[in-house]
Amino acid sequence: MARLNVKPTRMVLTKLKVQLRVAIKGHKLMKDKRDELMRIFLEQARAIKVLREEIEPQLEEVYQSFALARGEMNPEVLEESLMYPKNRVTLTAKTKNVMSVDVPAFTFHHDSTETGNVYPYGFATTSGALDQSIAKLTALFPQLMKLAEMEKEAMLLADEIEKTRRRVNALEYVKIPAYEETIKYIRMKLAEEERGNQTRLMKVKDMMVAEQIELERARTAKMLEEAKAGAF
Amino acid sequence: MQASNLRSLQKGSGGLMSKIGIIGDADSVLGFKAFGLEAHVCDDAEKAARILRDIVREDYGIIFITERYYKELEEDITKYAELTLPAIIAIPGSDGSYGIGLSNVKYAVEKAVGADILFGDK
Repeated sequence: MARLNVKPTRMVLTKLKVQLRVAIKGHKLMKDKRDELMRIFLEQARAIKVLREEIEPQLEEVYQSFALARGEMNPEVLEESLMYPKNRVTLTAKTKNVMSVDVPAFTFHHDSTETGNVYPYGFATTSGALDQSIAKLTALFPQLMKLAEMEKEAMLLADEIEKTRRRVNALEYVKIPAYEETIKYIRMKLAEEERGNQTRLMKVKDMMVAEQIELERARTAKMLEEAKAGAF
Repeated sequence: MQASNLRSLQKGSGGLMSKIGIIGDADSVLGFKAFGLEAHVCDDAEKAARILRDIVREDYGIIFITERYYKELEEDITKYAELTLPAIIAIPGSDGSYGIGLSNVKYAVEKAVGADILFGDK
């Protein structure tokens, strides 16, 4: 495993220990974030699937009745009837925060829900198929908005999950092992130095003791010599 | 330069009235006009791409694109994917569904989970 390129000193060791602690804490938090994001996301994705499967056939029906209307009506008249929207939809987009991801929140309302008349034209020149398709589309509209909001949210969440997962993995498999490895290395290096010092000291001490002994011997030898000389 | 543009766009889009746009062929777009959606009619992918490029910088909240063009514009759309707004959403056009909408969700699941765990049975 890759060891960090640092000097093996006590100072660095202390710093690394702190960093390792932070990394472990961060890893745990990040993991929790990922799990929670994942839960929200999967819930959302399931709901989207259901909603989409509901909307798509209905939308196709709408297109079919529009095709009918197109067949029954003169294209200019058709174009003209839809030219001025009566049932104008206004959309307010806000953002909400889901696990630190900004996702859109849409609220919308139809202008004409109060009057109940959703048709932007008179009935005289238009075909019944057109009425039908407009009615269907009106009914479908809230779901479409919901779908848009949910899909966008899901996409953004998926992005964030991917990022978070990468961070978790980077911490788990690269950063934390590297810190641990380096800390171990510095510890061993310091212990080795310590041992080196110890032996050096022992050696010096031995030398000093040997010197003392030598001196002592010389002294006693001298004293013996003097005693012998004095006896005669 | 583009990134900074996009960022300012993102900042400016909080809690205001937004437009809803739809890009597609004339047949698909027609009905949505009745709701006051900004309908952008196009008949080839190139034009659709140009329209998308233009309107993505305006204050749209949602841009619907018919699946036929969504498929063609995939690359451009991924560029805008990280923006909170607009939400660019594929809907089936009058030429029927290609299943792109669902495959988008599937793709997102794969991206997030690493494997497809929702649609595997299909």
